[in-house]
Amino acid sequence: MRAILNVWGCAGMRKTQNLSTPTRPYFHTPILSLLFLIVVTLFFVPVQAEAEIDSIRSITDTRLQMPTWDQLIRVLTLRDYNTRVVVLGTLFLGSASGVIGTFMFLRKRALVGDAASHAALPGIGLAFIVMASVGGDGKYLPGLLLGAFISGLIGMGFILLIRHFTRLKEDAALGIVLSVFFGLGISILGVIQKMNIGHAAGLESFIYGKTASMLAQDAYLMGGAALVVTLLCGLLFKEFSLLCFDQDFACSQGWPVLFLDTLIMALVVAVTVMGLQAVGLILMVALLIIPPAAARFWTHHLYKMIFISAAIGSASGLLGAALSALVPRLPAGAIIVLITSSIFLMSLVFGPARGVLSRSIEQWTLNRKVASQHLLRAMYEWAEIHKNTQKSDDPLKGMTIRDLFGVRSWSHKQLKRILLRAQRQGMIYRGGDRTYHFTENGEWQSKRVVRNHRLWELYLVTHADIAPSHVDRDADQIEHVLERSMVDKLEKLLLSEHPNIGVIPPSPHDIGSKGLKQRSRK
Amino acid sequence: MTLMSLDIWIVTTGVLSALSCALLGNFLVLRRMSMMGDAISHAVLPGLAVAFLITSSRSNMPMFIGAGVVGVLTALFTQWIHRVGRVEQGAAMGVVFTTLFAIGLIIIVQAADAVDLDPGCVLYGAIELVPLDTAPFLGLHIPRAVWTLSLVFLVNVLLVILFYKELKISSFDEDLATTLGLNASCMHYLLMILVAITTVASFESVGSILVIAMFIVPGATAYLLTDRLHIMIGVSLVIGIMCAVGGHIAAVRLPAWWGLPDTSTAGMMAVVGGLLFFVALIASPRHGVASKLLHRFWLSVRITREDVLGILYRIEEFQPVRNHGVVPRILRDAKQTGPVIRWLALAQLMQAGKVKKASSGIQLTSKGRVHARNLIRTHRLWESYIEKHFVIPIDHLHAPAERLEHVTDPDMQKLLLEKTTNPQKDPHGKNIP
Repeated sequence: MRAILNVWGCAGMRKTQNLSTPTRPYFHTPILSLLFLIVVTLFFVPVQAEAEIDSIRSITDTRLQMPTWDQLIRVLTLRDYNTRVVVLGTLFLGSASGVIGTFMFLRKRALVGDAASHAALPGIGLAFIVMASVGGDGKYLPGLLLGAFISGLIGMGFILLIRHFTRLKEDAALGIVLSVFFGLGISILGVIQKMNIGHAAGLESFIYGKTASMLAQDAYLMGGAALVVTLLCGLLFKEFSLLCFDQDFACSQGWPVLFLDTLIMALVVAVTVMGLQAVGLILMVALLIIPPAAARFWTHHLYKMIFISAAIGSASGLLGAALSALVPRLPAGAIIVLITSSIFLMSLVFGPARGVLSRSIEQWTLNRKVASQHLLRAMYEWAEIHKNTQKSDDPLKGMTIRDLFGVRSWSHKQLKRILLRAQRQGMIYRGGDRTYHFTENGEWQSKRVVRNHRLWELYLVTHADIAPSHVDRDADQIEHVLERSMVDKLEKLLLSEHPNIGVIPPSPHDIGSKGLKQRSRK
Repeated sequence: MTLMSLDIWIVTTGVLSALSCALLGNFLVLRRMSMMGDAISHAVLPGLAVAFLITSSRSNMPMFIGAGVVGVLTALFTQWIHRVGRVEQGAAMGVVFTTLFAIGLIIIVQAADAVDLDPGCVLYGAIELVPLDTAPFLGLHIPRAVWTLSLVFLVNVLLVILFYKELKISSFDEDLATTLGLNASCMHYLLMILVAITTVASFESVGSILVIAMFIVPGATAYLLTDRLHIMIGVSLVIGIMCAVGGHIAAVRLPAWWGLPDTSTAGMMAVVGGLLFFVALIASPRHGVASKLLHRFWLSVRITREDVLGILYRIEEFQPVRNHGVVPRILRDAKQTGPVIRWLALAQLMQAGKVKKASSGIQLTSKGRVHARNLIRTHRLWESYIEKHFVIPIDHLHAPAERLEHVTDPDMQKLLLEKTTNPQKDPHGKNIP
């Protein structure tokens, strides 16, 4: 029964899809144009800048030049200290955010990272004020990070509070926390700038990041964060995945859902805070969202998805950092984002599990199968009617195209294509008088199709209380996806109730009456 | 005098941008697309940069067009990734706006010599500098930003009034709008264009973060306060004005309390909005936390009251001879309610004359007995009903009946009587009084 429901589910889905997007192909020009936009930015903009500079000829000639082979080798083998730090740091960060981002993505809370990163700002400002006013170094990094972490957590708490206690939805809760906390942060930074305690310059780097000037300390920090996040996610893999897929079930099983929820949020805040200062706000958001979204196209398994997502995150961190080290004036953060989103686009198109291409192919094969099964059934039912109306000793006449045309609502072109394909597959052959007949194989196939259709109709009539005049359409959709085991089940069920239905059960409703009427009018 | 007029212009700019944003924000909140304001305000960066590169001027028109185009593209890409890739809406938004922001950043950095755009200025805004950039009109020196924002606000108001019905239906029920023959996606994109234009107009003067705050906070606050759309819009506009005025005052005055200099007006406007939201969250008459908790509290007092009556009646029924009253300890053991609620419930019962003090504990009065009998009757009728109509083991009947007896009115009781064909005994074999 469950299987039936599943089949129903997908049949229904397909139906609504067909209704809403009747002939829309999956390849959209906008997708391509987004890809184009990215490519253009990568290649065209440098040229544009060059042209600008050519015309201006400023003193500081910073025109873009292709890196030499030597530079390439230096960067790729991580020979420079600075490059090594940046590449390793982004690599760790990419993998950590890829792992924790997967859970957030599956919980449909992708934008929580966005809110967390904005909510961290007041904490940074307050931590600076506190540390500076007790006489310490205002920009002591662990202190700032702790402040950011705490205020990020408070922000997350507010999100949970708003969602729990009001009728506002997730999005509004995120937006409110994000904007109000960020506004508070900016106000605090505004005060700090005019205060004369310590020099506050550089606090903004928490917003824009300074990937290229990452220190070894940052890289270690990110390595540590990545380790902790991966470890915790590994240990609590079962709990977290349960939370992602069925929170209510987790609750009824007695898991501490609120605690786990807070723990995931805390991990997100931790990763965000680590990354914020190193790579900036926007990149942090991108690293939390895009790799998991891309990984989703490749697999249906959670643990595989986590690995893929971490791989995408770290690969684009590595590539982006290397590229930015090679090419002058390419901000590492932005380049990493662009590489991640290029990978996302590629996954969107080519991903084997949910990618557009694989789904289109699937849909296309199914459509072909459905069309040819429709043809077979139409021909069989036509023959059936004529067997009843004709004298039994007359040789059976084949169907002409015009006959077929009246049976279903297919276009002329479609019908011709379907007929040609069926001929090629050896299901039907064309007789001398432009009529189509079954081959032996075709007849057997058509019987199978009709049998499935009728069995399902009978099932609907006897078990689902649907009027006989309404079952045809429902059965029309489901007959193509009935599996062998399902048919067996139906047979067993129906044979016990209707012992004399025979190989092909009689139709519960008047078949082909529409087509016959049309013909008689002619 | 000069300072005064400066303040007035700052507040006017803030009010205008808050009004324009709050007006649209109502629909964003209702459509569950609050984060779209955030996404668009980040994503317009490449539009601004390209517009600047092409025209090499910072005049308003190219900026508007550039931002409008990218704003709509953001909405389009989000929708396509959502539909084609079957990615959740929020994630799709995140993918699009971070990518566009990165593109914008790269363009700006690559062409840093030619482009005079500061991402910092875009994010923070410089509302304090608004009065300095004026354009003369009728001999008055009115800041340029005030002009732009008034125009945008007017356009927003006109379009919202014009498409009020369409926006309303498509915000609450997109499918209904479609079946009624309204073009829901057309409304969606119209709203997105307006959001993008408003964002850009407010950008320069107040910064993107205030834009996001003003899109969401007034609308969300108003949503907590009322159930009618037109009132919600009115309330959100008032809240927008309060944020702008209060924000500026707070920015100038608040830090002075600690002897600190003034701070960012835009940031404080967002903070004031947050405070107003918090107040509404706690104290809203219908949807606030306080009223919900209060409601829940009085409900549990009432239920405890009824439970006390029920227990007293059952004990009387069980030991009709030896009835010296029931010690409150028994009540405590029977029902796991807190002491405050139990005390309140008992006090109310005493005052209503339904229980009285007896030699050792409390006892039902005749008035209380009538009430209690009715409760027990409802309880046992429910048990009979559930036993008759559902397949439930007999020892599981008590719990649902216990819950339902508190919400059964006389009509329901009559209906129960009909459905159970007037039994004399409940399934446990006890008399139905």
